[in-house]
Amino acid sequence: MNSSRAVLSVKNVTKRFGGLIAVSNMSFDVAEHEMVGVIGPNGSGKTTMINMISGLYAPSDGRISLKGRLISDRQPQAIAREGVGRTFQLVRLLPSLTVLENVVAGAVYGHRRRWGREAEEFAHDVLERVGMDAMSYAQISSLTYIDQKRVELARTLAGEPEVLLLDEWLAGLNPTELETGIELIHALRDEGRTVVLVEHVMDAIRSLCDRCVVMSSGAKIAEGTPDEVLSDREVVRAYLGDDDA
Amino acid sequence: MKRANWQELLWVAIIVVLAAFWPMLANGYWLGIGVDMMMYIALATSWVLFSGPTHYISLASAAFFGVGGFIVGTGMSDYEASFWSMLALSAVVGGALAALIGLATLRLSGVYFVIFTLGLAEMIRNLVSWIQNNFLGSRGLYVLTDFTDKHLYWMLLVTAAAVYLLGWIISRSRLGFALRIIGGDETVARHVGINTAMAKVILFTSTGFFGAIVGAIIAPRWSYIEPNQVFSPQLSFFVVIMALLGGSGRLWGPIVGVVPFLLIWNWVDANFPHQSILVLGLAFLVIVYFLPHGFVGRIDQLRARARGRS
Ligand SMILES: Nc1ncnc2c1ncn2[C@@H]1O[C@H](COP(=O)(O)OP(=O)(O)O)[C@@H](O)[C@H]1O
Ligand SMILES: [Mg+2]
Repeated sequence: MNSSRAVLSVKNVTKRFGGLIAVSNMSFDVAEHEMVGVIGPNGSGKTTMINMISGLYAPSDGRISLKGRLISDRQPQAIAREGVGRTFQLVRLLPSLTVLENVVAGAVYGHRRRWGREAEEFAHDVLERVGMDAMSYAQISSLTYIDQKRVELARTLAGEPEVLLLDEWLAGLNPTELETGIELIHALRDEGRTVVLVEHVMDAIRSLCDRCVVMSSGAKIAEGTPDEVLSDREVVRAYLGDDDA
Repeated sequence: MKRANWQELLWVAIIVVLAAFWPMLANGYWLGIGVDMMMYIALATSWVLFSGPTHYISLASAAFFGVGGFIVGTGMSDYEASFWSMLALSAVVGGALAALIGLATLRLSGVYFVIFTLGLAEMIRNLVSWIQNNFLGSRGLYVLTDFTDKHLYWMLLVTAAAVYLLGWIISRSRLGFALRIIGGDETVARHVGINTAMAKVILFTSTGFFGAIVGAIIAPRWSYIEPNQVFSPQLSFFVVIMALLGGSGRLWGPIVGVVPFLLIWNWVDANFPHQSILVLGLAFLVIVYFLPHGFVGRIDQLRARARGRS
């Protein structure tokens, strides 16, 4: 990977929580229109990696840059405005707002700022894209889990991110929902989006990712196409050694 | 906190116009109660401006209120300044003080914020007392004006209306929407691009600004200003209780909280002077057990039920 073409670049990033090293000397690049999978057993540091890219945590060491600009010393709101959007492993919606308002929230303060009628129309468009427009005026509490996930994705898309971070977006879905979910991410891929995808669902990784980065105990243990990494000895050992994967 | 609409603005405008006639109908005791009510409506509405959407409970009202009273007192008695110039100065100092507190407390959340604001207000009270006793001489601060209760009432009404109007405008703006998002989930707010620190400081500053204005307007009523009195922490608790009793989910919530609370308070205070503090405790219990979203929440609930039936 030629790093000058990288949209997102992670270099020697480490995160320590007290004595615990959650992420250790991670490096990888993501090129434009590329879908990169980050996989690894539970507790291997994937979410922590995403949290550092989105600015929720500052790295203890190393640098993260977006299109050549350093972002790892900035606040989440600044990084969001630079064009990084994310979903959360456990869905985070605003229950006191309607579905539409939740999505408008994503459209108003991002790097393209909309307001009023324009923001609402745009939010409807995005909801349409994830198949949720009919539920625009519903209460969040009345939604099923996958619908909540779709609304959260719509909120993120409404910010028109240049890089999209999805943290286990498919986790917790039943088989039918999973199909819908994979289709939706396929659609994102076809749009040519740049995506970092943290996933456990192997079928999804095989069919969606251009490349995979494998983490174990905070460190990168393999990188390559899904087929390459999934047949890698060390990767197999990391997964089999950890039942919870 | 919901986005306020035009209908609501119209209703409040009508109430403001009607309320302006109160001094023509009442005097003495009832006019005095009117002044108290206007004072607390202005304070509680400005409190709701910040705490309604963010759910941050501030106990700093007395600090801003006291700053207003103290500046008017010191300015008029020691420097022969005019009431109006001291009123303007109070607003600026109150706003600046709130901005500083806001900047210092940004990283605190929940109970830490509550305790910090209370502690800070107490610290300011002691500091001001100490400065007055040691440097300004304990001559006391006299505020002598030609204002009667009627004038104070109108000034407070204008202030309360201004607070409401500002809140109404904010609730329809990007800033107001940002505060609702912050109140829901601050992490989400930051990840959609909201500068949460800035939004909170701006709103808290407006709370301080208006709190000091109210303190300044009330100063002439006391004639004699004593720091322990104008910075009394009881005021901070009163503001919170009345705002919560009315309901902090709507900007007009404080109106329906202040009126019944003060009527009951005054009645108990007149008849059982030693038991009045009980009212405070009972109001707390009522809020926690029966009116978690205040009268406003109950009204919204009844409305929804009526709509469902028809
Ligand atoms: N805020 C935090 N404070 C302390 N430890 C944390 C924090 N966040 C994550 N960790 C720890 O870091 C390690 C990696 O966690 P995480 O990134 O959530 O893994 P994954 O997403 O791969 O399952 C775990 O041991 C976890 O307990
Ligand atoms: Mg995780």
